[in-house]
This record gives sequence, structure tokens and C-alpha cells, in this order.
Amino acid sequence: MRGFSRLPRSVRLWFVPREIREEGTTPDYRFSLANERTFLAWLRTALALIGGGFAVDQFLPDLRWGWRVGLALALLTTGVLCSLRAVNHWVRVERAMRRGEDLPVSRFPALLAVVVAVVAVAMAVVVLLGWES
Amino acid sequence: MSDARDPGLQPERTRLAWRRTTLACTVAAVLAVKTALAGGGSATGVVACALCAALWLGFLLLAQSRIRTLAAPRPAALTPRAAGAAALCTIALAVCAAALVI
Repeated sequence: MRGFSRLPRSVRLWFVPREIREEGTTPDYRFSLANERTFLAWLRTALALIGGGFAVDQFLPDLRWGWRVGLALALLTTGVLCSLRAVNHWVRVERAMRRGEDLPVSRFPALLAVVVAVVAVAMAVVVLLGWES
Repeated sequence: MSDARDPGLQPERTRLAWRRTTLACTVAAVLAVKTALAGGGSATGVVACALCAALWLGFLLLAQSRIRTLAAPRPAALTPRAAGAAALCTIALAVCAAALVI
């Protein structure tokens, strides 16, 4: 993924926040707030996926252990990736706005959609076919 | 538009976005507590329960402090530290979940 090749630089910015302020000019505060809301929306998506992981574990107790844990871990891993991506994308957009560059594009939404679709289909198949213990 | 309120109500919308996210975090934390105590209150369950409660509290305080900053007429941008901390709370919750599920 394109975003991941630039990860070291972005990760450094999480921990050295002053660096981001030294670049370019401060954008209109409304743009920063819009970026913040997008970040929060991604964080909610991540929290929903994590909640889904808990729900699979709690509300499908008849499922075989492997399937239950596998589906729950798939959802939890997607949630972790989603929140990492949320903060990484927020930093990249903030930096692009300060420099007056185009906003970064990302393949992540499409990948997330595919992963969620696959997990949903797997869950439907497993529950309908009754692969229960 | 020096001190005038933004007609697009951007700070208010951002404040509500923080509230929604805190609510989502609450739902995840409640599910975590339910999972942790489902086993009948084992030592691991109680520790995980306390950890999830602490993470939820951390997120709540983070949201609260950001909401206070947003009350200014022209609020400063979110700091990378706050953004990282919010994401870290989420990730730690997921790690807790993974430990509980396995």
C-alpha cells in the first residue's frame, strides 16, 4: 500500500508533534476541524469493528471454537488497522493542507470494504450452514 | 469573521463528533465488560474489566479536554498527541478483546 511506504516519516510525526507545525502555513481552522471529524469517523468505524469482534464472541456461543475466534480476531485486527490508518491519514492530510498540496489518496477504504464483505459472507455461511460444535 | 461564530457550526459539529465517538467507545467498553465477566469473574476477567474501564475513562477525559478547547471562537487544530492517544485507546481495547476471546 502506498501509505505504508511512507509510514516511518508519519509515525515520527505522531511523536514529534512540533514538526508538523513548522511546515507550511496554518490552514483555515475549519479545514482542520473537518479533518478532525473525518479522523473521528474512522475511529468510530474502528470501534464498531472491535464491538463486532466482541459480539461474535458473545452472541455466537454455539459456533465451533476455531470459527468463533477466527471471525472475532479478523474483526479485531481490522479494527486495529482502521484506527492506525485513521491517525496516519489524519497526519498526512494535516501536512498536505499546511503545505498547500493535494490531499493524499488512499486505497484503504476499498480494501476495508472488501474485508468487511468477506467477513460478512463468511459469517452468514457459517451461521446458516450451522457449522456448530 | 474575526470573532463571529462560524455559520457552518464547524466547532459544534466537531464537538458532536467527539460525543458520538465517546458513545461508540462506551458501547465497545460495555461489550468488553460483558465478555470479561461472562466467565464468572475469574482473575483475568476482573483485570481485563478494570483495564477496559480505564481505557474508556481515558478516552472520555481526552474527548472532554478537546471539547473544552473547541469552545474557543477559533479553536486550535487537534494535536497529534491527542489523536495518537485516542487511536491508542482504541487499539488497546482491541488488544484486550483479543486476549479475552482467545
